[in-house]
Amino acid sequence: MRTFLIALALLVVLALVPADLTGLGLPYPGLKRYGTYILTLWLVTAIAAMGVNLIVGYAGQETLAQAAFVGIGAYLTAIAGKHGVPFGISFAASGLLTFVIGIALGFPALRVQKHYLAFVTLAFSVLCWLVFRNETAITGGVMGLRDIERPILFGLKLRNAQTFYWFVLAITAVMTFVLWWIVQSPWGRAFTALRENPLRAESLGVDVRLYTLLAFALGCAYGGMAGSLYAPLVEFIDPSPFALGPSLLFMLMVVIGGSGTFAGPFVGAGVAVLLPEWLRAWETWYLLIYAALVMIMMALFPGGIVGLARVSVRKRQP
Amino acid sequence: MTDLLQLLIAGLATGAIYALAAIGFTLLWQTSQTINFAQGEFVMVPAFFALIAMKLGIPYVAALVVAILMSMLLLGAAFRYAVVGPLLNRGVLPLVISTIALGIILKESVKDIYSAEAQVFPTLLPDRNVTLLPGVTISLAQIGVLVVALITIGGLQWFLAGTRTGRQMQATAQNPTVARILGVPVERMILYTFLINAGLAAMASILVSPIYLAKFSNGETLGLIAFVAAIVGGFNQVRGAIAGGLLVGVLDNLAAAYVSTAYRQAIPLILLVLVILFRPQGLLGRKEERAV
Amino acid sequence: MTARLEVRDLSKAFGGVAAVQGVSFDVRDGEILGVIGPNGSGKSTLFNCILGQLLPSAGTVALDGSDVTGLRPSTLNRLGVSRTFQLLQVFPRLTVRENLILAGQEHRGSRLGRLFGARDAGLGPEADRMLEFFRLGALAHEQAGSLSYGQQKLLDAAMAFMSGSRLVLLDEPAGGVNPTMLAGLRDRLAEINRVGATFVVIEHNMEFVMSLCTRLIVLAEGRIIAEGSPAEVRTNAAVIEAYLGH
Repeated sequence: MRTFLIALALLVVLALVPADLTGLGLPYPGLKRYGTYILTLWLVTAIAAMGVNLIVGYAGQETLAQAAFVGIGAYLTAIAGKHGVPFGISFAASGLLTFVIGIALGFPALRVQKHYLAFVTLAFSVLCWLVFRNETAITGGVMGLRDIERPILFGLKLRNAQTFYWFVLAITAVMTFVLWWIVQSPWGRAFTALRENPLRAESLGVDVRLYTLLAFALGCAYGGMAGSLYAPLVEFIDPSPFALGPSLLFMLMVVIGGSGTFAGPFVGAGVAVLLPEWLRAWETWYLLIYAALVMIMMALFPGGIVGLARVSVRKRQP
Repeated sequence: MTDLLQLLIAGLATGAIYALAAIGFTLLWQTSQTINFAQGEFVMVPAFFALIAMKLGIPYVAALVVAILMSMLLLGAAFRYAVVGPLLNRGVLPLVISTIALGIILKESVKDIYSAEAQVFPTLLPDRNVTLLPGVTISLAQIGVLVVALITIGGLQWFLAGTRTGRQMQATAQNPTVARILGVPVERMILYTFLINAGLAAMASILVSPIYLAKFSNGETLGLIAFVAAIVGGFNQVRGAIAGGLLVGVLDNLAAAYVSTAYRQAIPLILLVLVILFRPQGLLGRKEERAV
Repeated sequence: MTARLEVRDLSKAFGGVAAVQGVSFDVRDGEILGVIGPNGSGKSTLFNCILGQLLPSAGTVALDGSDVTGLRPSTLNRLGVSRTFQLLQVFPRLTVRENLILAGQEHRGSRLGRLFGARDAGLGPEADRMLEFFRLGALAHEQAGSLSYGQQKLLDAAMAFMSGSRLVLLDEPAGGVNPTMLAGLRDRLAEINRVGATFVVIEHNMEFVMSLCTRLIVLAEGRIIAEGSPAEVRTNAAVIEAYLGH
């Protein structure tokens, strides 16, 4: 119950962040268009990062293709939208398609040994990028796809940055709840077990391969659905944000936030979205600084920011 | 037919370079459970050591030696002690993440400090065509690459199989715990592995850069190909990585000639997927015990 | 007495080295069968082959008359075979109670049902009973990793019974457990056995084996060299030779 109230309060605060509250007599003018855009981007990134966290933090696997899955969702939604398919259908289809691809990639890779999934996803990531870039007739190639329409919800147009933000926030809330439910269920317990000691988990009847596969496919689906939101958010997509590099960054952001913790992906996505804004002056150096921070973090606090916060809270309460 | 032969030789030459990168990757994984996701960048960087050395006025061959030594120092010893060392007991994920981050750091450093442009890199032997058989002409540079790479691989094989240290390294790779009980100085063997990996990567860098030019972003492709070669060949042994490298090199060159350039890169990836589907232990690999 | 588990001509070789060679035996319903033998005699390899952790080079394993050779450990577990490991194998970051629930949950309902069902998969009361039975009640909400070695060993054993398995293979349950706790562990096992569970026990602690087991088989160099009641085995010349000859 307490968790529920905290979550609700958080949701209300998040909903109000971009809003102009001066009408209510509060000295808060809200966020400008760009600020709202960044906030929405943070939510979309966090959804994809939640998927990575499920794969990395809960199932103990590695994925190097999350950006590619985001790309699949984004292209599917953009292309379907141009043919008049309603957003709801593209959104569901993005999730379903990426889930199925996840099963197809994960099934053979997980038969072999640890780390094979990393290599298979790596290969898949590059293949996707080749398709996005080369299939000009469908994806627009390097020129990309322009003027992606934002969805219309029950006749309500979501063109406005703030309305679209609320729409994304609602979806994020639902997807967060779904993931929370999974992690709290006996499935979550099985995930923890197979990550800590797969051999023992297997001997207790936990079908390690199946659970890992499900976690991976679900994580991919979160990527696909994030992509489905990404396309109408940015309104223009080209292959570059779906290349291998961004997939690697997804791994880094989840670990920097705190892998295997529930808040980790949100914190990590926040860092990943905001850091380039703050370091704008050092544009070219940003990745270098980010990667160096990650390495230092791994050596000193492998639990990430959330892990670090927990430790410091615990220290203060003797 | 002669075309095919020329392609084959060119393929073996690039394949031998890929094998160098793949061997180091395999050795590192087996000896210290370090999966080096920065392997591609390890192959990209040494060429820039050589370029910097040449800019400082050091002659070509000496610059290559400098590049190899710098690589062993920074990508070997420093990598071992500054990056891998503190993380070895922290589980798999921190190390994986750290090597990914290291890859980004190397790539961005070269881009920001040296140049984002592709750099011309001198060849060992002049790029002149020689006639092997009537109608079959190939470039002298390619022969140079093939010979140097094969000598390196041969030397490594001799070292691993024919010397005491080499056999101790192999023992460490197969089972560190048993090796330690048998009195093998495991720590030193692990360091040697890191040095050898860096040395092999530097050799690969020197050989590959004249062909593909030296560019900060080369690591992505090179790393991917090294992984593919290692897995396709079979992870259990060095000869798997050699076979995998040669196979990928030949396929790559055939693909460049017969498949659209747009999808040339996809060929090794498709090979990887096929191998994992139908022969997951690799072409030369032994089936391991059940992986639970 | 019927055989719950039939092992026939089981062999396992690593490279050229034979760890287990042509081992055949039955585990009868309701007995506590001890497997003893010097270090390196193939006991753990035998266990791992029976339980699907390793694939046997030759031979068959049958459970209640049907062939289960080479099935995966999780499948075997769901068919009613549990095990413990020689080295400690609890999940240190789950609580004691969570460890027990995990050990039972894959036997309850469907996987999808568990996703939508209760958080404890309906195993709460049973976990609490098991906690009381193994005298771990006070530690229910401690992280398993914070328990003493002996307590973790008890938990490890308790986990093997959460699935309601009627055949349990215990790999050195007494190893590293102090004498006071050991007596408790033996009594618990004997009690569960009386209720109907069948055990196979690998153990080095002879006193423990002799007082717990109803029948013993003795392995040496991968073969069975003796079989019989504890008293018979104690006086068997081949057994004495195997233990003292090395």
